[in-house]
Amino acid sequence: MSALLEVRHLRKRFGGIAAVDDCSFEVDQGTVTALIGPNGSGKTTVFNLITGYVAADAGDVVFNGRRYPRPTPGRLCHDGLVRTFQQARVFPALTVLDNLVAAAAHPWWALASPRVSRADRATAGELIVEFGLGKVADLPASQLSYGQRKLLEFAAVLMSEPKLVLLDEPTAGVNPNLVATMERHIRERHAKGITFLVVEHDMNVVMRLCDPVIVLDHGATIARGAPAAVQANPAVLDAYLGE
Amino acid sequence: MTTPGVIRGGVFVALVACFPFVAHQHWVMNIAVFTLMYAALSVAWNLVGGYAGYPSLGHAAFFGAGAYIEAIWFNHHGIGSGYVPFIVLPVVGLVVMIAAIPVGWIAMRTRSDVFAIVTITLLFVVQTLAFNLRSLTGGSQGASIHPAPFILATFERPFYYVLAALMVAGMAITFLTARSKFGLSLLTIRADEDKARGIGVHVTAAKLTSFSLSVWLTAMVGAVWAYYESFIYPQFAVDPLVTIGMVLMTFLGGRATLWGPVLGAVILAPAQQYLAYTYGASRLYLLAYAAVFLIIMVFLPRGIIPSINEWRFARAHAVRARAGDADGAGDANRLQQVAS
Repeated sequence: MSALLEVRHLRKRFGGIAAVDDCSFEVDQGTVTALIGPNGSGKTTVFNLITGYVAADAGDVVFNGRRYPRPTPGRLCHDGLVRTFQQARVFPALTVLDNLVAAAAHPWWALASPRVSRADRATAGELIVEFGLGKVADLPASQLSYGQRKLLEFAAVLMSEPKLVLLDEPTAGVNPNLVATMERHIRERHAKGITFLVVEHDMNVVMRLCDPVIVLDHGATIARGAPAAVQANPAVLDAYLGE
Repeated sequence: MTTPGVIRGGVFVALVACFPFVAHQHWVMNIAVFTLMYAALSVAWNLVGGYAGYPSLGHAAFFGAGAYIEAIWFNHHGIGSGYVPFIVLPVVGLVVMIAAIPVGWIAMRTRSDVFAIVTITLLFVVQTLAFNLRSLTGGSQGASIHPAPFILATFERPFYYVLAALMVAGMAITFLTARSKFGLSLLTIRADEDKARGIGVHVTAAKLTSFSLSVWLTAMVGAVWAYYESFIYPQFAVDPLVTIGMVLMTFLGGRATLWGPVLGAVILAPAQQYLAYTYGASRLYLLAYAAVFLIIMVFLPRGIIPSINEWRFARAHAVRARAGDADGAGDANRLQQVAS
């Protein structure tokens, strides 16, 4: 397997604190890779650096064989790398359908085309069915529950037919039923060829869903391997439980 | 376009077109000209301030720039039959727009309150330039255009119809915007620009396009105003009150709606003219104006049209819920309960 995403020696300091400190890892094509670590270990910052929301002090991001010295979220999205946010960011005033269509990463010359074309409706329609949002498709996203918003945000990033999806805590703050639903959607999409990098706090989900698992502590990778191996790794136990 | 939409638009255009044949008094037509001027300005402001969510307080600078370019142009060229100054309007707008694009590109790297402050700074920069570039603008002496040679009885009509045309053009642009991916992109930018970048929305292109269209319209309106006044001064051509007017009217009617800015202008512009006429000498009308703004912010923070739409939406759902709810809101509520 080849690496779809390669992170090389990323560094980021916020004031006196090294949030990400020489962090390197790879995400292989066709995997569901987990990125775990104790609170404050720099997982979300790594996501922000990879997607260009925050500029790295040093280091490289290589995605799909191409080096991004200064990644930007829009560029990466059009090249096939998208992310979701911890807090489920959707556009509350727009309908579920509009939320999906807006996320389709149309080329710039499509700006003049109709807001929701027939093709958009078809693509979005499939996702709406897949994610069980049919009953709410024409409601503004502000009317959805938090769990539905999480589903919507996930469905929306799939509109651009990405190669790699970064999920930031996909099951945080939702009920157990929805955790199972979310897991199922990740599996189904994985089976259709999408690679995932997942930040997740729920270890049960990680153990069921992900392989390999990368462990981050103090902004650096301290372990990488199969879930069981990582679980048994003394350095990982030490990072989580302290000395 | 829905049938009620076509009817509404047709009736509105017909009413605007017929008004001068009903109203003959000069003071009524003068108020009508200013109402249309503010309607066109608010429609223009709404493109960037409403849809894109970038509350520019500097639009009076573009209004003034359009006014001065018109005035300077017709210092050197004759006005012919009186219609030449109207024919060149798109060019005047284009010149201001091209000059404004780099400014917008820089200013739009900031957001919301910072953007408002950056743009209001631009307003005072342009006003200071108008005062001090004396060889070009005449400074505080003002700049003049040859008065229009229209017959006195219907003097206001050409200005009235040109401003009406600009307003309708602005509404057509707004309508097409709202129906295109361009408009959808603007709404995502307004709601959450960072998220919009992450899902591949062409943020910079969309923002700058809305800004450019807005500036183009605003400058053309400024040019018509200059010709109507035929004598312009820096403090009136680049006037914070013009900015405040367009912002206030858009807020009152409803941001990011097609009819909101027009509705706001139809309510506020005559009121403003009336207040200025009644309390003008004491400048107390400015206080009345500020009071209107506070009242809007307290009671109608989202504007008239969004409030009405919200009320209608809530009522439609209540009706559907009562009617046994085959597949509507009730299911959404149930789903919501299950999922949360």
